[in-house]
Amino acid sequence: MSSRLNDKALPNAVSHLDLEAPDKPYLDSNELIINMGPQHPATHGVLRVILKLDGEKVLGTECVIGYLHRGVEKIAENRTYTMFNPYVDRMDYCAAVSNGLGYCEAVEKLMNVEAPPRAQYIRVIMTELNRIASHQLWLGTHALDIGAMTPLFYTFRDREEILKIFEKYCGARLTTHAFRIGGCQYETYAGFEKDVTNFLTFFAPKIDEYETLLTSNRIWLERTKNVGVISAADAIALGVTGPVLRASGVKWDLRKAQPYAAYAKFDFDIPIGENGDTYDRYLVRMMEMRQSMRIIEQAVNDIPEGPIMGKVPKVIKPPVGEIYHSIEAPKGELGYFIVSDGSTQPYRLRVRPPSFVNLQALDIMVRGALVADVVAVIGTIDIVLGEVDR
Amino acid sequence: MPNFIMSYLGSTVTPGEAGNQFWALMYVLIIFAGVSVAVICMNWIERKALAHFQIRLGPMRVGPHGLMQPFADALKLMLKEDIIPAEADQFVFWVAPLIGLLAAFTVYTVIPFGPSQAVSDMNIGILFMLGVSSLGVLGIVVAGWASNSHYPLMGALRSSAQMVSYEVAMGLAVVSAVLLTSLHGSGIYGATGNGDTGTLSMIGIVQAQQEQGVWFIFKFFPLGLIAFVIFAIAMVAEVNRAPFDLAEAESELTAGFHTEYSGLRWSLFMLAEYAAMIAVSSIAVTLWLGGWMRPFPNLLHAPAWDFIFSLFPGLTFGGLAAIAIIGTVRMPSHSFFKIQRIGLAAFAALLGFIALFLLLIAVAVRSSDARLLSRFNEGIGYVYWFMLKVAVFMYLFIWYRATWPRYRFDQLMRVGWKVLLPISLGVLILTASWALAEPTIWRWVQNVFGVRA
Repeated sequence: MSSRLNDKALPNAVSHLDLEAPDKPYLDSNELIINMGPQHPATHGVLRVILKLDGEKVLGTECVIGYLHRGVEKIAENRTYTMFNPYVDRMDYCAAVSNGLGYCEAVEKLMNVEAPPRAQYIRVIMTELNRIASHQLWLGTHALDIGAMTPLFYTFRDREEILKIFEKYCGARLTTHAFRIGGCQYETYAGFEKDVTNFLTFFAPKIDEYETLLTSNRIWLERTKNVGVISAADAIALGVTGPVLRASGVKWDLRKAQPYAAYAKFDFDIPIGENGDTYDRYLVRMMEMRQSMRIIEQAVNDIPEGPIMGKVPKVIKPPVGEIYHSIEAPKGELGYFIVSDGSTQPYRLRVRPPSFVNLQALDIMVRGALVADVVAVIGTIDIVLGEVDR
Repeated sequence: MPNFIMSYLGSTVTPGEAGNQFWALMYVLIIFAGVSVAVICMNWIERKALAHFQIRLGPMRVGPHGLMQPFADALKLMLKEDIIPAEADQFVFWVAPLIGLLAAFTVYTVIPFGPSQAVSDMNIGILFMLGVSSLGVLGIVVAGWASNSHYPLMGALRSSAQMVSYEVAMGLAVVSAVLLTSLHGSGIYGATGNGDTGTLSMIGIVQAQQEQGVWFIFKFFPLGLIAFVIFAIAMVAEVNRAPFDLAEAESELTAGFHTEYSGLRWSLFMLAEYAAMIAVSSIAVTLWLGGWMRPFPNLLHAPAWDFIFSLFPGLTFGGLAAIAIIGTVRMPSHSFFKIQRIGLAAFAALLGFIALFLLLIAVAVRSSDARLLSRFNEGIGYVYWFMLKVAVFMYLFIWYRATWPRYRFDQLMRVGWKVLLPISLGVLILTASWALAEPTIWRWVQNVFGVRA
């Protein structure tokens, strides 16, 4: 019976792991090769990780992705620039507003137009609200992976308030399609500023509530400190961005490094960590939520009057050329590389998704750790499979 | 009525001791039914309490406030297809849940719900209890092995390692409690024990607490308390509950050892888990919290106090009935809720009748001196106080689950071997030394300061 546990090889897996288990007799201690996913409660969708285990110890991992591949980049080649806009929301569906912002700004840059200031401010408010929503979702699921069930429900309760603002603004909660090329489609509704300010006062104590449950929780500390450590050098070499990079001590945030939208006008800090472990990534994201609140507060107070749509032709037809534009999405650097042949459709559109690149760090982070850490690290990288597979 | 039935009634020893097989069997059936009902209640309470911790409502659809949910679940599980994986070891797969269930229920033979309210008073009761309850892990290991699948296997391995590590600390904590039963004392604690013969009998342990006039949790403060806390931690690990639920860690091992189980077999595992939870809580209550004793049985022993305390069971059910009535009144008046309202009202009426029945008995005992009735009333009191203390632990189990993340395997081992084991060993040694030294010290104090006990 035991010999059955040593799978000869897993089908469909091209792997750098030595998956060929030697055919040894009964009751021998071989390495165990386990499929984690694509149906697994903690792989955040359809990620498949092949684990090579020595008992509980992880000898190596291999990510198998593509179970949610929808060919977003190919679709872009067959749609006009305007028609493709809603598709980007479906990549990182937890941060649809950020995706839209990145795409709209890339096309605007290609066409050499700029959204008017009021539109820029609305974009910042919406994007930062979305950053908070995305981090809340991350926190809830991450805590659930580590075994704390309750924060999930608290974060979803509070995320609901953000989604309500989205719904009031553009009618959609998740895949918002909030922005258009050249500005915003919708003017803010009556009471928008009040809703946002109310949210800020509502949410400030809620972060403290999450932190009460986790930050100094002994078990939480043991499960996250020195787990999934990645050095700054490794992180940079792998192209890791976002909170994962900042937790390793690299002060790199595109909102400060290459300010886009109206970010240059706001005063905020970039939280960084020291050890690059799961706990630091947790702290960085918690602090980021507070910083986002600061940005939103400033933006709501100084939001200028004026038009919300720039001078954009009815038919979007960028000149021949190519452009790379990236923004700081909640999960890291989200970049769009667009090649235009002068027609109404992109010749080629390439997305640089943060989750996909950050996921490459999984192997470094979990080598030598235990099975339970794999789950914690998948959570802490904060992947969304819609974005990884596109 | 046959003599062998009647002769036992009014007896002050367990049916096992009295050699009355009929009542022993009756007690077994009563306990089996009672524990099953308790598990059903626990299932509902856990789902509701956990939901309220997590700002949810929990089950609301099946019956008023989801009261019938456990029955619906049980029905569903019984009707489900019984799947045995093709690669599994059929017989072992079949027998594994039964081992767990058997171990969990066998423990109840020696749990004293009262001085005579137990199936049997074994002279090695606590040893038997520890032995049998640790057999439960065999069911888990065997289930994981027989499934012939990776995740169950890992769950089973984790479970066996965990059980072995925590059993040691648990055993040492139990030994220090057993040690306390033998202490006679002439001491600061004013204990008057039963000489220097200790006991392993569960009933004997509670009686020792009564004779010494102190729950063992307060004895030799803080030694008794520390031993109790160690046991309370180890027992959570023993029954695989959060934060030590590594064997079935959902986010890591999908469902751990019972990944391949479904339907009735799966529900047997759940039944065993909850039964084991109640069993270990009962051990903790028996060893440290005075078992069936009501608060201050020695201090407040006047008949008036007896009467007041005997009202508690009735009042508790009255309180539950009141809550149910409030729920009925507060239910929306829409006709959609008509059946639910009737159901909840009927439930309230049932609870109210039980409350009335219990109160009537308590009052009747006070005005008459029928011996059987009085024994029955005492029995209700014993079982009530015992269950109340156990209920506190059951609530704690839910509270833990709602609050804490899960330990990692190596951390769990570290806590077991490097923290709990040394502390429990230290407590054991300190308890023994203090017990030896205390009479001498007390005599010295008396001589020097002229203090009299």
